[in-house]
Amino acid sequence: MEADVHTSAVRAERRWALIVGGIIVFLTGMVVYMSLHWAAMPPLRMETIDPATLHLSGEFVESNLGSAREADGSVTVRLLGSQYAFTPQCVLVPRDTPVLIRGTSSDVMHGFSVSDTNVNVMLAPGYISQFRTRFARAGEHVMPCHEFCGIGHAAMWARVKVVEPEEFDRAAANGRANCVKR
Amino acid sequence: MLWHFWIAFAAFFAALLLGEWQMYIRSPLRDWIGNPELYYRSVTAHGSAMGYVFPTLVAMGFGYAIVELSLKQALIGKRWAWAGLGLVVLGTVTAMAPVSMGLASVLYTFYPPLIGNAFYYIGIVLVVVGSWIWVALMSVNLHAWRKAHPGGVVPLPMFANVAGAYLWAWTSLGAAIELLFQIIPVALGLRQTIDAGLARVFFSWTLHAIVYFWLMPAYIAFYTLVPRAIGGRLYSDTMARLSFILFLVFSMPIGVHHLFQDPQVGSGVKFMHAVFTGLVSVPTLLTIFTITASVEIAGRLRGGTGVLGWVKRLPWHNPMMLAVAFSFILLGFGGAGGLINMSYQLDFAVHNTQWITGHFHLIFGGAIVIMYFALAYDLWPHLTGRALKNGRAMRWQLWLWFVGMIVLTFPWHVVGIMGMPRRMAYFDYSDPAVAPQAITVIITFIGGLLLVVSGLLFLLVLARGHRAEQINLPEFTFSQTVHAERTPLALNGYGLWLALMIGLSVVNYGYPISQLIALPQTSVPAVPIGSQP
Ligand SMILES: [Cu+2]
Repeated sequence: MEADVHTSAVRAERRWALIVGGIIVFLTGMVVYMSLHWAAMPPLRMETIDPATLHLSGEFVESNLGSAREADGSVTVRLLGSQYAFTPQCVLVPRDTPVLIRGTSSDVMHGFSVSDTNVNVMLAPGYISQFRTRFARAGEHVMPCHEFCGIGHAAMWARVKVVEPEEFDRAAANGRANCVKR
Repeated sequence: MLWHFWIAFAAFFAALLLGEWQMYIRSPLRDWIGNPELYYRSVTAHGSAMGYVFPTLVAMGFGYAIVELSLKQALIGKRWAWAGLGLVVLGTVTAMAPVSMGLASVLYTFYPPLIGNAFYYIGIVLVVVGSWIWVALMSVNLHAWRKAHPGGVVPLPMFANVAGAYLWAWTSLGAAIELLFQIIPVALGLRQTIDAGLARVFFSWTLHAIVYFWLMPAYIAFYTLVPRAIGGRLYSDTMARLSFILFLVFSMPIGVHHLFQDPQVGSGVKFMHAVFTGLVSVPTLLTIFTITASVEIAGRLRGGTGVLGWVKRLPWHNPMMLAVAFSFILLGFGGAGGLINMSYQLDFAVHNTQWITGHFHLIFGGAIVIMYFALAYDLWPHLTGRALKNGRAMRWQLWLWFVGMIVLTFPWHVVGIMGMPRRMAYFDYSDPAVAPQAITVIITFIGGLLLVVSGLLFLLVLARGHRAEQINLPEFTFSQTVHAERTPLALNGYGLWLALMIGLSVVNYGYPISQLIALPQTSVPAVPIGSQP
């Protein structure tokens, strides 16, 4: 009787260990698969930039912010977080096109995410964050700053507008495009 | 010990009220207060009190009790213990003064390059130093016991308690380095720039493992109090030791999973930390098995039969039984959420949303705090020498907390997936993109109300305990195991495990930290909180 209870307990224990191991292996496997197959990766590389001279020269000067078509047909979006707004306040992107987002912060930590998508990345002063994505459907998304950045943090919302590729190309005809209303 | 607990619970209740106020303020139930700074001030106080002060004091008080109750020796270094408590209190006051004046609304994770008043950070350092005295005392007391009992097996409660103390000593080092070498010099005006990316890496070292430090008293209660309190036996002493050791080894080298979306850490390090995060779920899953088995033994000893018949026979009127059941249910939901956070592509969808708030409130506020309640109920008669008899009030209190926690956190998970960011002082519910989320904030507010009532009831039960009749207590006991086991030598000491703990964290953190230190020009100008852009 005692021995019986003991063997059944050992069996239960073994079953539980298998389940536990299985869950962890499955989840880790999924991470590996998604990384290789979908190239779904959080920011990979460490790239630095001096926030003090950001506005004066280089990639993140104001005239260079927003979206632009690259030679290979993809779109690059450059944006800047600062207390308490994003520049540009409205990001224009074409539907169903590879999009590379490059962003940084001019002062403190910010975070930006685009609602109903997987776009979600931190903007750290001194570092450039890079993120690849693709928007399947046309429409509008909100883009809140999700990292506390000071008293005005809760007011820091921007928008992303996904449009048909032709419409995007019209807007981006002379280089940079955004959908901020003038 | 009583002082530790009372100060802890007072801080807890104050923070609870602040939390509820925040839910009210952000809900559509009232117009916006006008000054968002008040909200962040309140969040800073809520998080600092709940995260640093309350669990630290519970762990300290419980640790001292364990020395006396399980080693059966008078606490060595009582004066030092008072000094430690004094430092924690002094630190809390020092930190909270600038917070309440609105000079340090930097939330509880510090957010460099935002910089608040220096006294806030100095206060936190004092709290940590106070807790280090406790760590040293735990080690000293264990050594004294070992000397008196050569070759003896360290009782399980003390073994786990010291594992928790060592875990904390190593864990708190990350934030301590960040505060002492990066933030405080800037806050004092000695330096104008700070490497924000590096600071976040140091903080992540503490940020995740601190949860396991909070968890320790709850897990010690699972293993050493629950089976005894419900009339059962502990299923396996070896498993218990193994769980605590695994926490010790795997808590630290995983913190970078908080930085999955940060640009300053490469993907190799992120992947490694994701895998280790998966491993740290093992001790929890072990615990669930062992404790469920122990509870089943209690049910069968009371005459339960069949596959599930024993569940009905469990002593459900016993507060400890209720607490462990509730704690497991909330831990189940919270833990499942944790595995989702760990999977680093799924993390995109929830990073920094209300989902995360929901997840850690389930783990801390649900699974852990419920066991703190049960622990206090169990210890109180031994600390006061008086009976604690209002079983009905205790059951009500636990039920209210359990239901309240679910009502509070489930809506957060839902809106988190919808993309609602956390740490927002207010929302514009007139925006059609945000409007559907309004109702969830109201539900959460109602959950918070239940929690406040429960917290109040908890304090009342304890306070009434001081005026109850004096009793002659039987000697305090911890759980007995099912059968005598031979404790493997490796599970009676820490040498091997401490070496593994330090080795693994040095490997997993050494690389990103040295890489960041080597990178030139990563320091950025500090931004004093409240400054106008
Ligand atoms: Cu922001």
